[in-house]
Amino acid sequence: MALPIYASTTQRVWHYSYLTICGLIFFFLIAPILVIIPLSFNAQNFFTFTPEMLRFDPAGYSLKHYNDFFTNSDWQLAMKNSLKIAPVATLISVSLGTLAAIGLSQSHVPGRRAIMATLISPMIVPLIISATGMYFFYSNPYIPIPFYGKLYLPFTLTGEYWGVVLAHAALGIPFVIITVTATLVGFDKSLTRASAMMGAGPVRTFFRVQMPLIMPGVISGALFAFITSFDEVVVVLFVGSAQNKTLPWQMFIGLREQISPTILAAATILITVSVILLLVVELLRRRSERLRGMSPG
Amino acid sequence: MKLTKVLMATSALTVGAGAAFADGHMASDMTIVSWGGAYQNSQLKAYVEPYLEANPDVNIVWDESSAEAVAKLRAMSETGNITWDLVDVEAADSMRLCDEGLAMEVDYDQLAEGNDGSSAEDDFGDSIVSDCFIPQIVFSTTVGYRSDMVGDTPPESICAIFDTEMYPGKRALNKRPLANMEWALLCDGVAKDDIYDVMATEEGQEQAFAKLDTIKDDVIWWTAAAETPQLLADGEIVMGSTYNGRLFSAIAEQDQPIGMLWDAQMLDFDGWVIPEDLPEDRLARVMDFLYFATDTQRLADQAAYISYGPARASSAPLVGKHAELGIEMAPHMPTDPANSKNVFVTQYDFWADYRDDLDAKFQAWLAN
Amino acid sequence: MTDTTSQSGPMLAADGTPLKKSLHRAQRRQKVRALMLIAPLLLFILVTFIAPIFDMLLRSVENDIVPDTLPRTVVALQDWDNASGEAPDEETFRAFYTDFALAEEQKAHTRLGSRLNFEMSGISSVFRSTGRDVGKFDTDYYTDQFVDADEVYEDPVQWSEWMADDGVASALPQTADAYAGWVKVLNEEGDDPLDEDIPDFVYTALYHDLAAGANPPVLPSVDVSGWDDISLKEQFIDSNEDWADPDIWATIKAFSGPYTAGYFANSIDLQSTPEGFAQRDEDERIYIKLFIRTMVMSLAITGMCILLGYPIAYLLSHLPARKANLLMILVLLPFWTSLLVRTSAWKVLLQNQGVINDILVWIGIVSDDNRLALINNANGTIIAMTHILLPFMILPLFSVMKTINPSYVRAAKSMGANDWTAFWRVYFPNSVPGIGAGSILVFILSIGYYITPELVGGVDGVFISNRIAYHISSSLNWGLAAALGSILLVLVLGLYYVYDRVVGIDNVKLGG
Repeated sequence: MALPIYASTTQRVWHYSYLTICGLIFFFLIAPILVIIPLSFNAQNFFTFTPEMLRFDPAGYSLKHYNDFFTNSDWQLAMKNSLKIAPVATLISVSLGTLAAIGLSQSHVPGRRAIMATLISPMIVPLIISATGMYFFYSNPYIPIPFYGKLYLPFTLTGEYWGVVLAHAALGIPFVIITVTATLVGFDKSLTRASAMMGAGPVRTFFRVQMPLIMPGVISGALFAFITSFDEVVVVLFVGSAQNKTLPWQMFIGLREQISPTILAAATILITVSVILLLVVELLRRRSERLRGMSPG
Repeated sequence: MKLTKVLMATSALTVGAGAAFADGHMASDMTIVSWGGAYQNSQLKAYVEPYLEANPDVNIVWDESSAEAVAKLRAMSETGNITWDLVDVEAADSMRLCDEGLAMEVDYDQLAEGNDGSSAEDDFGDSIVSDCFIPQIVFSTTVGYRSDMVGDTPPESICAIFDTEMYPGKRALNKRPLANMEWALLCDGVAKDDIYDVMATEEGQEQAFAKLDTIKDDVIWWTAAAETPQLLADGEIVMGSTYNGRLFSAIAEQDQPIGMLWDAQMLDFDGWVIPEDLPEDRLARVMDFLYFATDTQRLADQAAYISYGPARASSAPLVGKHAELGIEMAPHMPTDPANSKNVFVTQYDFWADYRDDLDAKFQAWLAN
Repeated sequence: MTDTTSQSGPMLAADGTPLKKSLHRAQRRQKVRALMLIAPLLLFILVTFIAPIFDMLLRSVENDIVPDTLPRTVVALQDWDNASGEAPDEETFRAFYTDFALAEEQKAHTRLGSRLNFEMSGISSVFRSTGRDVGKFDTDYYTDQFVDADEVYEDPVQWSEWMADDGVASALPQTADAYAGWVKVLNEEGDDPLDEDIPDFVYTALYHDLAAGANPPVLPSVDVSGWDDISLKEQFIDSNEDWADPDIWATIKAFSGPYTAGYFANSIDLQSTPEGFAQRDEDERIYIKLFIRTMVMSLAITGMCILLGYPIAYLLSHLPARKANLLMILVLLPFWTSLLVRTSAWKVLLQNQGVINDILVWIGIVSDDNRLALINNANGTIIAMTHILLPFMILPLFSVMKTINPSYVRAAKSMGANDWTAFWRVYFPNSVPGIGAGSILVFILSIGYYITPELVGGVDGVFISNRIAYHISSSLNWGLAAALGSILLVLVLGLYYVYDRVVGIDNVKLGG
């Protein structure tokens, strides 16, 4: 992207204005995040930059919203629930998703395209449709049996912990499928054949040969699935209940019903966590490239 | 027939509750539905925290969904999965829920007597607007304005909402017909006593919408009562409707440059309803809580946190000073004589019958 | 002969089976194994995701509530001519009285009123107000008359014995029917019919049976010939004059089947009239407008994403890997930050007294009393959603641009093309697949958006999804929500199909 030394003036002007435009777009991308962080230290109970804050007067800043986040039982409950729901949902999507991705990567899978389309659909179907469908169906779940009708199951999932977990697992699956199949595309099939020739069974081959190589894809799929559950609000609002409210639920309420800057404190904490997760993904990616013997670049 | 049913239900309930008390089979979890914000905080401080102190094994979860209570309870009953235990609603909504069999009919003898020995039913008096309603407070929907944006002539009449020449700028109104339509007709020259008769007719409804049309472009529609104080604090609007307690909090506690109107404010009640068909142990817990939370002292305590009048007659003399600021609360109540020179009493039964109709019309009007 | 056959026959595998067959079997085994690996997930998705969606879509045509709540009225109305301009006859009102009284007992009349109000505004209040009156109708006159004639008519135990008698039941069809309906309601509520007073409408039915000349065995005989005949039609009209309005009855009749096309008609701004479906009044048409708005705004958002995403993707694909990866974090960070957080940040930034307006006023681009309206309208939705969906444009663009061989552009330049021509004629056409992939993805995601328009869209920046949510959680018009949802789903799946054909689902990329 460097400018050649022989560049003309027009090229120079064009080049630097292009870089400025890119800079502005990057600013557009992170401006909302930048605005959240200082506001979360607001000493007032409103979402506004106060004159004190603009003067950098220490009196305009406080940690009270963080304090509220960590002491308020509603926020703590939400935090706890999020941490209880997201990992389990992730585990389900990752384990089922990885198996299916491996199955899909074999040659001659009948109806591959249709299966793939079905498995990716939770990402594509508008959330409001998924959420309302799940809300009704999970209230009185049934198994449709041809020529018999509906066999109702003797339990309900709406408002229950497992309802939210299953719903989130379904929403996380496309991400796992996408990332794992992407790593499998680069997977050298002769490795499994070699392993089979040397006498390893399919299970052993999977854990000793395939798994380590697709691990980066699995982990990044898992992170996506985790963040999907951790950040999901529409389905939780419908399928969940106040007892198993998650952080996004509490934030949504915070935005709509009681405008409290505590959500900004919560947001800042979440942003910090996101940055850490992103760095983890980047490190994993580098590791994967090293493993596969590709040079970075 | 109705009576026998009520009696039977009551006796079943008393027996059930009695047995539950004896065995200690009260559920330990309770989901309370309320309005969020300053109001929910007053409930928390006045009786939820004291109750939890006395019952440390109880776990209370809040759900800030009162604005959608009717819809959600209908959905819950339809799907047969009731996750709420106690719901805070307005008078008209309690009537609708009662009419639809979604809320339980209450036996007032199970509630605490007034501290003057009167029965709960007498103590609550007229505020019991339906058989399912356990009143808590009297509140009013009124208008707050940004005092630094109205020049030297702060508004004195509710019709300032419609006066965009005198008071240019955005105004925030509730995204539902209630209050807006009454004010529209009032400011369009309909006499106060005739408003609900006019509103029952098609022409009257059109008249109200026509009046609202004149300010449609200047309105930000809110769905949560906390939005108006936020918008006023940000200077986003020049005036907006909300509940008088929210304005009090913004003015007195948050020190914002906000003034409020006491003109044609819509007087209304707010209180608890219990969803129909609660399991016995959860019902027992709810009744135990309600006995405590709606007694004379607790209702008076609530007034120390927010400027709403207690629904019990016996609580009124106990209303004292603000819990933190130490100012007298009585003059800030919607029931104070100085504030109630020109009140507008909401006709709950009209709204119970017409809410579906007018909601649909209002939403169609908004979308066009 | 046999020798040659064996030689020209199929090649054999080590175990003696023909090789072709063996290969086939191996391939089949592989297929089965692949399917076994996929099956658990497929099943999981079918049960937790696909089934719920189908279940919901069925609600768009279901209409059980009318025939279930008013079974007798629905039958009686079949003979009524809705073009007659008059309310139905007394007989229909009798059937309606029994239905309505039973419904009121279960408090189902309010729900039915709400349901019919979706089709004809105003019905709900009619049902509700009459619900309060129906227990106070003058029909208690019949009750008193029967009990005066013989006290045994007051005894619920006696009644249950009478009604168990086949002879009585067939002689008194209306009475038996009303009584059976009442017992059913009591049983559902857990009450014992032997302890409850017989309601007025059962006595009313008994009167009508006897007046029609029935001669039941067992029951003490009562001569009803001199009794007053109370018109139920008048009773209803006294309670609410709208019961005389034939339109209400036409609506009930039009929606008396267990399935209805009414919700779909509603969702494209049609309404049912006695002459069939017709377009709604100009000021009541909202859904087609909303669908169009959703599409137009999604297009605008997609356009903005291309405009902002292209330079960034170009920059990233031309930087050395380390720098690109660092900048990529800036792209991904918003992607990984809670949607709600970003939306609330836009609230703070965009409002009238917000950061952006403050800066613009400070620079002097806009005057203080002329601040831009950037939120609570379509602008707010477009800005906030462009921001939210931008990474979905940048990532596919980036992965396509990575594959464009830089020597093409060099070759063009060496042949005399200037920078612009080289870019526009050579580079850009090569990047079009990336634009296509990103655009479809962004468009698909944006037409289904709900949360962001809800929070920053005000009244004219909301999408069809917000309307669906409103009908699900506020107006409880689930049928209409399902119909609108079906239309939206068809749109999305259509685009999804195009995406699959053009780009291939396997080629969706997330991250580098």
